[in-house]
Amino acid sequence: MTNADVEVIGVGMHPFGRYTESSLKDLNRVACLNALIDAGIGVRDVQAVYASNAMGGMLQGQEMIRGQSVLRDIGIERVPITNVENACASGSTALRQAILAIRAGAADVVLVAGFEKMFVDDRSRTLDALESAGDLDVISGTGLQFTAVYGMRLRRLIAAGSLTLDDLATVSVKSHANGALNPYAQYRSVVTAEEVLASRPIADPLTLLMCSSICDGAAAIVVARPGVVAHREGRPTVRVRASQAASGFTSTGEEPGLTEICAASAYEEAGLGPDDVDVAEVHDAMAPAELIAYEHLGFCKPGDAGALLSSGETSIGGRIPVNPSGGLSSRGHAVGATGLAQVSELAWQLRGEAAQRQVDQPRIALAHNNGGWLEGESAASCVHVLERIESWN
Amino acid sequence: MTTAGPRVAPIATPDTAPFWEATSRGELALPRCRSCLTYIFYPRSHCPSCFSRELDWTVLSGMASLHSFVIAHLPAPGFDPPYVIAIVELAEGPRMMTNIVGVEPSPESLELDMALQVVFELQGDVMVPRFRPVDEGK
Repeated sequence: MTNADVEVIGVGMHPFGRYTESSLKDLNRVACLNALIDAGIGVRDVQAVYASNAMGGMLQGQEMIRGQSVLRDIGIERVPITNVENACASGSTALRQAILAIRAGAADVVLVAGFEKMFVDDRSRTLDALESAGDLDVISGTGLQFTAVYGMRLRRLIAAGSLTLDDLATVSVKSHANGALNPYAQYRSVVTAEEVLASRPIADPLTLLMCSSICDGAAAIVVARPGVVAHREGRPTVRVRASQAASGFTSTGEEPGLTEICAASAYEEAGLGPDDVDVAEVHDAMAPAELIAYEHLGFCKPGDAGALLSSGETSIGGRIPVNPSGGLSSRGHAVGATGLAQVSELAWQLRGEAAQRQVDQPRIALAHNNGGWLEGESAASCVHVLERIESWN
Repeated sequence: MTTAGPRVAPIATPDTAPFWEATSRGELALPRCRSCLTYIFYPRSHCPSCFSRELDWTVLSGMASLHSFVIAHLPAPGFDPPYVIAIVELAEGPRMMTNIVGVEPSPESLELDMALQVVFELQGDVMVPRFRPVDEGK
């Protein structure tokens, strides 16, 4: 154990979905209390908070102090609360700040709280808020929508022969099948490839059943310096092996992309490679983005994503299950909570608590969360690598 | 289905004003770095590659190729779906986000890397650059 060691000692969620009667405080309260109970600690044990929310300024009008305003609801006051926004990567960015705070010796027990409420009176307000995840100086007036960024990337891969429309449908079927097993998921129905392809077009080649949608939800994580909080009897230890972030850049399309850069840093920090990963949650705001992630995270060679998918190796029960939670597209994408929902799922997987979606004895887990966009590239990326310390059995 | 409200019109800043002045003349122009010769998109006060502030506004050819596109089927303020959102690669190098016009909004009528030329459309009170396929035989 070194000073750099940080453990994930508690995770919790409010189910993702549509909760018109619930406020940001209501959503956050459930997730935070679940995470604190999971960690076996109380609100007075929390020494610092990183609060993650992306759209509460535009959608709820709470432009400032979003963290302080929701955390006082559960009696977390006085301690430092830092508000974090990095579009869809807000949650994992907040987690990274919490990890850095512990490594810096500034705190021993830190809560990371992610909460988002996207269902509001007028859907066009939500779409406007999502548009602000791009550089408005550049995209204003083009009618650009979230889906378009993914659609454009996928179209190049389809044109190059790397992916087919059937691959896009198949990965969506997998996400829905996993989401159907997840009690926290927004969409809990299985679908067929025919249904995916026949659902209405959103941003051709993407159809409705490939896309994440508007979503309410919350997720929370407690991280701590090892040994500070009494170990829970029989509970496997989940340790952070890597926590990396990177920002987008003006891409020529020739050099490695943002996710590749961030993943390379994470693998280096962990002293591991993609072959060591036993389970992953990747950023799939549109289900087919999972296929791009296979290549960028090194799970397969460029051009082999379709083959890796059809081999079944990324399904629950395969060699490297990806998005057992259902991913953003089926579990849901409550923007500021997404990165923490990914890590919650991975902690459950590493501890063997994922019930019907449990992966076979994983030891190393990887979370990949991207946010925003610049020309053809995400604006932010975070990759975390987690390890189960105790052997299975 | 059209959504209520006009299209969001770009707002000129001191750094981008020459860009919009050029479009109002029917020209596509970008700053070019005098020391490293990089064309700079979006327009700004300095070169992001070498930080030189010695920039020359340069009129471009208006030619581009289609890097990628989607057919958007959801309404956006001022847009009648389906419409085409695209990233084009300018002949001079930079990529920009834009719309493709003057063509049926269907995957069959658009091909990646096809040749495009700039056109200008009035949006609010500014002329906005968009692209259409190059006329054969011109």
